Amino acid sequence: MKRTTLFPYVIWMALFIVVPMLLVLYYAFSIPTEAGATWSLENFARFFEPIYIRVLGRSLRLALISTVICLLLGYPAAMVMAGNAFNRKNVILLLFVVPMWMNFLLRTYAWLTLLERNGVINVLLTNLGLPGLNILYTESAVVLGMVYNFLPFMVLPIYSVLSKIDKGVIEAAGDLGANSFRVFTKVVLPLSLPGVVSGITMVFMPALTTFVISRLLGGGQFTLIGNLIEQQFLVVGDWGFGSSISVVMIVLILLSIAIMSFFEGEEKSVALW
Amino acid sequence: MSEIIVDLKSVSKFYDDTAALDGIDLYIRKNEFVTLLGPSGCGKTTTLRLIGGFEQPSGGSILFEGKDISTVPPHKRRVNTVFQRYALFSHLDVFENIAFGLRIKKLSEKAISEKVRKMLEQVNLEGFGKRDVNSLSGGQQQRVAIARALVNEPEVLLLDEPLAALDLKLRREMQHELKSMQKQLGITFVFVTHDQEEALSMSDTVVVMKDGKIQQIGTPVDIYNEPINAFVADFIGESNIVDGIMRKDYLVDFGGSSFACVDFGFAQDEAVDVVIRPEDLVLIPAENARLVGTVSSVNFLGVHYEMLVEADDGMSWLVHSTLMQPVGTKVGLGFEPMDIHIMRKVSLS
Repeated sequence: MKRTTLFPYVIWMALFIVVPMLLVLYYAFSIPTEAGATWSLENFARFFEPIYIRVLGRSLRLALISTVICLLLGYPAAMVMAGNAFNRKNVILLLFVVPMWMNFLLRTYAWLTLLERNGVINVLLTNLGLPGLNILYTESAVVLGMVYNFLPFMVLPIYSVLSKIDKGVIEAAGDLGANSFRVFTKVVLPLSLPGVVSGITMVFMPALTTFVISRLLGGGQFTLIGNLIEQQFLVVGDWGFGSSISVVMIVLILLSIAIMSFFEGEEKSVALW
Repeated sequence: MSEIIVDLKSVSKFYDDTAALDGIDLYIRKNEFVTLLGPSGCGKTTTLRLIGGFEQPSGGSILFEGKDISTVPPHKRRVNTVFQRYALFSHLDVFENIAFGLRIKKLSEKAISEKVRKMLEQVNLEGFGKRDVNSLSGGQQQRVAIARALVNEPEVLLLDEPLAALDLKLRREMQHELKSMQKQLGITFVFVTHDQEEALSMSDTVVVMKDGKIQQIGTPVDIYNEPINAFVADFIGESNIVDGIMRKDYLVDFGGSSFACVDFGFAQDEAVDVVIRPEDLVLIPAENARLVGTVSSVNFLGVHYEMLVEADDGMSWLVHSTLMQPVGTKVGLGFEPMDIHIMRKVSLS
């Protein structure tokens, strides 16, 4: 592309990415004084107080659990989709994609009504004579919400890699003496790793930073790192502390991307579609 | 004659309602180099995939050393395949690609590296073990694919158009190498190709197929010299095929005259296909010939000229000759009785 045609994008990126990032950095590394503001690491020091470290720990734990569940559910689903005949595959694919057309908030609210004490699920269970399910406002509900919302982000990259694997390679493995289990462990799984890595990244990141799911389905009892940032900006009004948490998160995310791309090796990373 | 290793008995394969294979009978002997030859869609690859176990026959049975293996999965068959697009494992290096089958068999690390090293030597890829397979050229990838299959010491090696993607010079080299490897290792090769030259130059036995049926099985010389019908004649090398009428044994009418031939056993006045190879036709002075025409085009092909002669009855004859006659020259076509091949009419639809 010519230099001049790049110009609008450069302006866009400067205005909406670089400038806000600089602002966040400025707030994170400064504290307001009577004379204006001075550089300081005080905001970061506060973050390492036990109460906030616990929040970070909880965020990491829940995001990790959700990612593992998404992987365990998503990989087989992607395999079924990739292995199926063309038309049927599209139906399943559509079933995964359709919920994504709906607003994220609405989808999460839907779970709120489903899981309520007198919600659809409990009415059904009681009518069947089964004990009620009271997971709303527990960690389980938060994990459920994360898994439900982020599962497509695990399924689609894995599906996209699996469906591109040459059938000849699978036949070749069988030809060389591998039974279907060996074909999977020695050929299909290693070849699909780039998709798995993309999927993990795309589930883990949003799960780590979400604040809507934990507030709606966790009833505000499980403060995650995302909630903490939101509170600092919108409730407490401490932009400096909020910014410093954000910077910590950015560093964490960059670190995990670096780790992921290390596992990915030389394979190109896989786009969502 | 050595014993039969693979035996296909009236094997059919249907996809939906279309017959890819229509009841073929074919046996393959130990150490034989058999080529399945035919145009695309003739069922040659399907035949190979049935022997490899990637497809199950819809009818008939496949015997391996006398035992029915029709429903045995590929990983339990003592055959290995070289795939058309090589199907190398892109997540493994050259060494691990070749070692794949040996690792499945849980050979010791020492045995594996010994066998792989030997095999790399065999296919002229010494020192390539640690290379990424994606960095190799087409010819090198092909060698890895062959090594990967051969290292398992299969009873039968199946090759599905393995040379199709290579350029002409490399293809010739690989043909020689494959042939000498086959002789040296004493493994049965079943080779699929649509290239008739390749089939003739490499095989012990050529199986010509069309529309899911076997047209002819024979040695390359037999197939070339005694094609069983006009399709085989036309597919194996270039041919002039004209309509004729068999007057009686050893006498056939075509091009407005009667000619002596060496064929017999046809009904009186039976309509037949008359086949004469372009290289069997010689240009002679028009006044000495019974088949006369005008040279309408001349093509220089290196070894010989390819000329088209329009006969007075409207037939055009393809002639291969080292002697050229310019366009517009009136010439006669000469040939010997044994150059005339008479074939029963088959519908080519």
